[in-house]
Amino acid sequence: MDPRVTRRELLKLSPVLLLGAFAVPVLRDRLIEAGVAWSDAASGAIFRPRHLAPMFADGDVVPFERFPYNGYDVLEPVIDFDRWALTVGGAVRRSGRYMLDQIRALPKVTQNTRHICVEGWDAIGRFGGARLSDFLDLVGADPRARFITVSCADDYYESLDMATVRQPQSLLCYEMYDRPLDRGHGAPLRLQLPTKLGYKQAKYLMTLDVTDILPAKRSYWGDQGYSWHGGL
Amino acid sequence: MAPSATPFPVYEHPWVVRFAHWTNASAITVLTLSGLRIFGAFPSFGPKIPQHDLIEAVPDAITLGGWLGGALQWHFTFMWVFAGGGLLYVVGQLASGHYRTVVFTKRDVMGVWPVARHYFFFGPKPAATGTYNPLQKLAYTTVILLGGLLLLTGMVMYKPAQLSSLGLLFGGYHGARVVHFLAMCGILAFIPGHLVMVALHGWDNFVSIFTGWKRHPEYAPLEKEQ
Repeated sequence: MDPRVTRRELLKLSPVLLLGAFAVPVLRDRLIEAGVAWSDAASGAIFRPRHLAPMFADGDVVPFERFPYNGYDVLEPVIDFDRWALTVGGAVRRSGRYMLDQIRALPKVTQNTRHICVEGWDAIGRFGGARLSDFLDLVGADPRARFITVSCADDYYESLDMATVRQPQSLLCYEMYDRPLDRGHGAPLRLQLPTKLGYKQAKYLMTLDVTDILPAKRSYWGDQGYSWHGGL
Repeated sequence: MAPSATPFPVYEHPWVVRFAHWTNASAITVLTLSGLRIFGAFPSFGPKIPQHDLIEAVPDAITLGGWLGGALQWHFTFMWVFAGGGLLYVVGQLASGHYRTVVFTKRDVMGVWPVARHYFFFGPKPAATGTYNPLQKLAYTTVILLGGLLLLTGMVMYKPAQLSSLGLLFGGYHGARVVHFLAMCGILAFIPGHLVMVALHGWDNFVSIFTGWKRHPEYAPLEKEQ
């Protein structure tokens, strides 16, 4: 065999060596960051705003006591329930404090959907609440705004793309299994988003802001390395 | 040179095959190690409550990423490498017609047992008829299909809501998770056999997956491949 031919054929494989960059720590961190950013961009691009996540018959719902409690810290953070209100700000025409009764007065949605944890487990539960999009209309949110951010009674925080927020199954959830949310599941109000992983569905909501710019602290788990998009 | 070998070198592996082989080998390594770390976060296929783990702990030595978030980052990066390498391979093989050397067909069925008998029970060596023998074709075709299955079930697990229709094929998120794991086991079962065969077939064969050219092949090169 002509060694020149052999050499030329070997050279054709050289792009594979680029993968060796993953062995260099500095390059690896950047490449993986780019890989995750690309995956998040793809997740946003393929998201269909009107496509519904699967819904299930009442018989497919796990019993309430087998629906997992999952918190990052405490399951019962200090909340003054008598004075609780959701503080709304940012790009909205009617900012201020919104009582639970005002949220309950919006059309109620009850849905059996699959809750999927980033760890890999899942559970089909029954959730009730108001559509986030109805609530944004109530507060007069800027229709061109790109994100909402929320903060919680337990120092948890999260942010969401507007396409997901406006998806018809995305709820401000105040009921599970036809009863008011219990403390461990996020009383008095949580996000319930069948098109997002569990860690995006913040509990114990205290504030909600409509914005075009994500803050430096944008997602409790996202800031530690999970995908920010977290879409299903 | 083996007595049955021909003196002519053959161009056995086109560029696409060699390139895809090495990108996919790298991707499969990363995806398996990070995947095992991800599995370790919930090592079960049952409900969360009550949780029945299949393994107490996945040993750190066979994982990548350090923690669940780190493993997911590797997985979400290399899934694109794997998808790209797989797509390149399939498109390249179809476009060149080279897929005919590797796809297992009805005509290969009868040839599997004689080859298996030769390797496992020291039976007589069947005459070489092409680039790959029927057992090789069966193994390679299976692995290619498993790779496709891993991609599809991975997509369902990644986007169970957006791809809910595709998910129906595998019984939804849950089913896709089981099939994804089993397909990985299938690929893991293939690799040791593949490596043993490579070791047994010597240097000329090994070099061909880098240069494409194989010296002293056991079969006569086809006209168009010279």
